[in-house]
Amino acid sequence: MSAEPIATFESSLDEVGVELVRTTADEFASTLSPLLDAPTVGTSLPFETVSLPDSVETDPSIADLEAAATGVTAAGYGIADYGSVIIQGGTDGEEPVSLYADEHVAVVAASDVLPDMDATFDQLAEDIRNGVGQSIIATGPSATADMGSLVTGAHGPMDVTVVLLEDK
Amino acid sequence: MSADTRRQKAERIRHLLDTEGDAVHENTQVFNEGRYESTANLDDYDELKNEARAIKEDAIERLPELVDQVTEAVEANGGSVYVADDAADANRYIEEVVDGRDVVKSKSMTSEEIEVNESLEARDGDVWETDLAEFVLQVADEAPSHIVAPAIHKSREEIAALFNEVFDPEEPLETAEELTRFAREYLGEKILDAEVGMTGANFVTADTGTLALVTSEGNARKCVQATDTHVAVAGVEKLVPSVEDLQPFVELIGRSGTGQDITSYISLFTPPSDSPTFGGNELESGDDREFHLVLIDNGRMEMREDDQLRETLYCIRCSACANSCANFQHVGGHAFGGETYSGGIATGWEAGVHGEDSAAEFNDLCTGCSRCVNQCPVNIDIPWINTVVRDRINRGEDGDFDFLVEGLTPDEEPGGVDLQKRLFGNFDTLAKLGSAFAPLSNWAARTGPARSLLERTLGVDSRRELPEFERESLVEWFEKRGPHVGRDEARRQVALYPDAYTNYVRTERGKAAVRVLEALDIRVDVPPAGESGRAPLSQGMVSTAQSNADAVYDALAPAIAAGHDVVVIEPSDLAMFHREYERLLPEDDYAALHEQSYELMEYVYGLLENGGDIDVLPGGDDERIAYHSHCQQRTLDLEPYTVAVLEDCGFDVTTSDVECCGMAGSFGYKSEYYELSVDVGETLVDEFTTEDTADRTVVASGTSCLEQLDALLTRRPAHPVRLLDTQ
Repeated sequence: MSAEPIATFESSLDEVGVELVRTTADEFASTLSPLLDAPTVGTSLPFETVSLPDSVETDPSIADLEAAATGVTAAGYGIADYGSVIIQGGTDGEEPVSLYADEHVAVVAASDVLPDMDATFDQLAEDIRNGVGQSIIATGPSATADMGSLVTGAHGPMDVTVVLLEDK
Repeated sequence: MSADTRRQKAERIRHLLDTEGDAVHENTQVFNEGRYESTANLDDYDELKNEARAIKEDAIERLPELVDQVTEAVEANGGSVYVADDAADANRYIEEVVDGRDVVKSKSMTSEEIEVNESLEARDGDVWETDLAEFVLQVADEAPSHIVAPAIHKSREEIAALFNEVFDPEEPLETAEELTRFAREYLGEKILDAEVGMTGANFVTADTGTLALVTSEGNARKCVQATDTHVAVAGVEKLVPSVEDLQPFVELIGRSGTGQDITSYISLFTPPSDSPTFGGNELESGDDREFHLVLIDNGRMEMREDDQLRETLYCIRCSACANSCANFQHVGGHAFGGETYSGGIATGWEAGVHGEDSAAEFNDLCTGCSRCVNQCPVNIDIPWINTVVRDRINRGEDGDFDFLVEGLTPDEEPGGVDLQKRLFGNFDTLAKLGSAFAPLSNWAARTGPARSLLERTLGVDSRRELPEFERESLVEWFEKRGPHVGRDEARRQVALYPDAYTNYVRTERGKAAVRVLEALDIRVDVPPAGESGRAPLSQGMVSTAQSNADAVYDALAPAIAAGHDVVVIEPSDLAMFHREYERLLPEDDYAALHEQSYELMEYVYGLLENGGDIDVLPGGDDERIAYHSHCQQRTLDLEPYTVAVLEDCGFDVTTSDVECCGMAGSFGYKSEYYELSVDVGETLVDEFTTEDTADRTVVASGTSCLEQLDALLTRRPAHPVRLLDTQ
């Protein structure tokens, strides 16, 4: 992956109010830890070189989900043009973990950042045909303007941070 | 329509303008400006629209095949598909699936179309709307006023008062944030308790059975995740062939609707989902989730067979046609809507799913201004759908009093067309008579008894000044005067089209046009071509419009055959030649007239660009001008030419940016719509009475715009060509 889509990804994320934090496998633990406000819930990461700290509850109850300040999950892909991350929920619970906590921290590999919507749908079509049941293209925090002015954090998270793993 | 019905209609509109108008206006403006901004950032906006359009055309063409395909795909995944003939059929199936359990819903207009909440509540189960706007309406027991932002008519203060009264919280709620937190917690409990999650679907892919949901709050995700049974309700037209086909729609829908590049969540669910669901206190396996896709026909398969209504099925319910509509911006969906749907395209939906009576309630609020046409992400000719449905409604009415106007209205319409519509639809005849008997006709029309009779019988509002007819028409003036540029010295030859208003009412702009063209060495002729068909078309009188179009073509045909240019002063008539004539004239005739016809100032621009001597035109000397282009002129992208010509001549020009002046031909004369028309016009007036604009000379290209500005401003406006005329 060349540097250009990552730069676009970063500026697109900025436009939707999402901070991008770059890291490497070696620095992952020290990068992640200040981003996790307790209590934190999470789902195990699919990357071989990194994992979540023990303080993260990876088998949460419903009460844990509702009380969580941070929910940390992997994201299947990023979309550079839009500043989106794609949450591919499955049996581990990526969907509730990314949805109920006040803040969602999404870990995405730099090599999984796709340039645009065309490339994204080619990829998602392939994934769906291979049995991926759920893909959420999430862009920025959940939001509503239904109560008279724009409020972030409607039914979902009010903050999103993307951790970019540069060397999966 | 009786005088009483008109009065009731006017009262209802006045009430909505007073109670909901401000909130609707403020919110739709945000969406409208957001759309212009967000779509301007797309390099390939037109290409995406064409792609989206092609996918929809193909999908609707192959719809029965796609229904079979999606059924196979969903069943292979372990879900069920039910194709419901109508609302009752859908509700019966859904009731069986729900079986008295509690339901949490995300926003779905299709579920409102079938009124599933009422049907389920009658069977003891609780149904909760979890979209915050829908929740507000559920608590308030009100109907949506906008298809995407259903509580757009309510201010924060009104919502706070409602919640404080109904829920009586310990601390009164006040800010948008407090209201949102409260609703999130309240609904969070309902989501936790419910066993059935009901969603709509923006798109359904036939190849994989994937639902695409376009949302921002995250409630649809929760409704699916937290429950054991997922019921998705979608019109059959939501099917697209494949997952890849979603791409252009995902790029267009948020931009076209609320003006966001993309909404917070585009959920692609290929159910049943294997995400863990909520058990008692713990998460438990979601493997046993049930999924039911309920595809609703409810008139759609008939719309598919209907050559005029079929396009409606391409609609992706983005609301661009509502947000870009001046009337909608001022009055909202409670007036500009039927049983379920609102905005421009709602006429098609209501006529198709609920019947013409529902469409008839609001169809006249589409004035055909065409501002929505370039905004629709699937290129639907929304004004045409409104015209066709109006024509059908006209034909359905009883015609007891037709003898009253029969002699005055030599149209092609059957008995039954509303008298008011026939009056305005036959403007050409009226103008001809008015001119022949001027000034007597003008004096007579101005008298109190005449105005009161006009208002009572025909609904012509007595607060409007009637047009004053000139004794000598433009055609007659030109016949006497003849051309002033000889064939040999002429750069080009032009047939100047004498639209009915220029010919009989505003002859001065026609004369100015002749002189300006002649100053630029153009040999001008003014052939006696009649009314373009715009007047009858705007009343839904399609056959009359067609016969007018044929006559206009016959009158212009010699000039066209000789290779002369046709120059049009009135933008709404040029728009007829360029847009509607495609449907009214034989293909070759339409193409020739389209190719050879120009808006007046566009033509002057072309002459100056091709060696015309600008020095023969009067210099502007930095005179300050406020210019209001015409709605249909802007749809054809012809506003910039007038601005460029005036600036090149040395005028200092600023322009309006409202979508429409609100007059819209006959609309502002109708007593039931007079107040709405003035309310829309006031927004334009606001733009022309600022510190920068209050002392500017006002010019406008359209007759209607001139009438409206003349009525609402103290300055007398004129057509821009008058600035270029030395007389």
